[in-house]
Amino acid sequence: MNLERAAIERSVSSAVARMRGEPGPLLEILHAVQNDLGCVPPESVALIADALNLSRAEVHGVVSFYHHFRERRAGEHTIQLCRAEACQSMRGEALADFAKRRLQIGFGETRKDGKVTLDAVYCLGNCACAPSAMIDGQLRGRVDEQALAECADAWGVPA
Amino acid sequence: MVTLFVPGDAGAASLGANAVADELARECRRREWPIRVVRNGSRGLYWLEPLIEVATAGGRVAYGPVRASDVSALLDAGLLDGGPHALRLGDIERHEWLRSQQRITAARIGVVDPADIDDYIAHGGYAGLNAALAMPPNEVVRTVIASGLRGRGGAAFPSGIKWQTVLEQSAPQKYIACNADEGDSGTFADRMLMEGDPFTLIEGMTIAGLAVGATKGYIYLRVEYPHAARALARALHVARERGYLGRNLRNSGREFDIAVRLGAGAYICGEETSMLESLQGRRGEVRVRPPLPAIKGLFGEPTLVHNVVTLATVPLIISRGAKSYQELGVGKSRGTVLLQLAGNVKHGGLVERAFGLTVRELVYDYGGGSASGRPVRAVQIGGPLGAYLPEPEFDTLLEYEALTAKSALLGHAGVVVFDDTVDMARMARFALEFCAIESCGKCTPCRVGSTRGVELMDRIIARKGAVNGELSLLDELCDTMLNGSLCGLGGLTPFPVRSALKHFPEDFR
Repeated sequence: MNLERAAIERSVSSAVARMRGEPGPLLEILHAVQNDLGCVPPESVALIADALNLSRAEVHGVVSFYHHFRERRAGEHTIQLCRAEACQSMRGEALADFAKRRLQIGFGETRKDGKVTLDAVYCLGNCACAPSAMIDGQLRGRVDEQALAECADAWGVPA
Repeated sequence: MVTLFVPGDAGAASLGANAVADELARECRRREWPIRVVRNGSRGLYWLEPLIEVATAGGRVAYGPVRASDVSALLDAGLLDGGPHALRLGDIERHEWLRSQQRITAARIGVVDPADIDDYIAHGGYAGLNAALAMPPNEVVRTVIASGLRGRGGAAFPSGIKWQTVLEQSAPQKYIACNADEGDSGTFADRMLMEGDPFTLIEGMTIAGLAVGATKGYIYLRVEYPHAARALARALHVARERGYLGRNLRNSGREFDIAVRLGAGAYICGEETSMLESLQGRRGEVRVRPPLPAIKGLFGEPTLVHNVVTLATVPLIISRGAKSYQELGVGKSRGTVLLQLAGNVKHGGLVERAFGLTVRELVYDYGGGSASGRPVRAVQIGGPLGAYLPEPEFDTLLEYEALTAKSALLGHAGVVVFDDTVDMARMARFALEFCAIESCGKCTPCRVGSTRGVELMDRIIARKGAVNGELSLLDELCDTMLNGSLCGLGGLTPFPVRSALKHFPEDFR
């Protein structure tokens, strides 16, 4: 799943062009690149740095500071499970343990077969419907073991 | 043509509201019954979501919680005429949970179509801006001062004083920066406002811009809020098209516009100086104050920084006058507070009331106790940096000074309920772990202290007892973090830790 250099260059230059004239554009550019490519590939850092007249270290520093930006693409499917207090109060940690067991990966990891990435998030703003998860970009409330198992089954993750 | 309301609110959607809307459209098309579906915000009674309403000659009639599989039976039962059904709730505004509230800032959430500016205006929208356009800027500022409004993001600083400071600066460019990085667990009022009534925030920011002399506003929105991002983008587009934003807005010769900037999953960016750094496209590292953002803020220019709820409260203060707002509340906590009831609670959601409600009233009268049916053991108020209060302290008022007196804080007014299965030593450990994960790393007490704190808590939990003086070491560490940190992340993490230890010592033995 290596990204082609040409695709990276296209993505960076279009993001930079869109933000031309805007003050402090780096974060917006990183969002645009990640939306295009599914991640902010390490090869894009020098290109962005050049375009904004920043050092590579400055750009890398920003990419690595924010939890949202990934250096590699996520799996085919993504589960972002909320692990903050309101979700913990509704058995969130037991659910987190189940997710790890069922998907056979830890938080921040992608399965070797590339099917699923499991991420921790701290609050999805759905705290009256805890526990919550963002599954393939869709917010889900009152998530239980069965809901996660159904996803895993549907995605063909071996039990 | 019958109008139906199916919330487009993220929370309602998380429980299947989109499927309900799709099914309604499909079934009515099949039956050749013409309907119009409005995707409103949530009324904030989340245990009843998806809560749909139908507009009848006798007013709006609510049903909930509705699943897509209920739709056909509901239509058979005469949903479009407000007919009887087991899920029928009647006029939701007469529901005790809503009827007892004093919704003024949140008055339009769930009521209006968030994409329709005419609906907004028909419900009193833009009365504040119209009034502000007829007032000199310093009178607008004086009104905000007189209202007693304090920053609802957590710091509770008198809002009008900030306005005054920004107004007094002379600079080529000033900014309004709206902090929509609502990262505290247990809070969702900002999200509900942006999704359910985005024009109120836009109007509040516009009034602020005109008053302090700022022509540009930014909404710093957390990336975890895609629904709010869409609602804001739609509303900003309409407001611009209709001349409520931009150059010469409302033919006033005045200029103001707003851009949304997305965060990227860093809790610390809810801290105002860290947010400003992030808005400038940098690492969200906290700035040393002074200078205050009101003097040197975004891009080094005078910047008025406020949370969503604060700005959304401004229009009604300007349109109805300071007195009507100032009359509500207790002590130095004036006006209303948007309490968010969450976690292990039977009836969770949004409760807007004049300051003066106790924790007990919120948790039992509104909340109905725990969702699990077990005894409530604790609440955490004000997010991950807020204190835990035990049941015997539940008569405490939910207002700034009463909570400060209990070594607690109101924060963004989220209240998370825990039943008696909670292990408070684990919660103390989590507070420190969260601080370690989210620390920006700029100051040592927060960056290193949080990690040392997790290690200490691991030893305390493993040994079921502090044989080597870990507890006094923990207390000392809390002192260092509290007094030595640059901002509230490191500085307030001791609140949950110490309150857990103080009120629940048995969990640490």
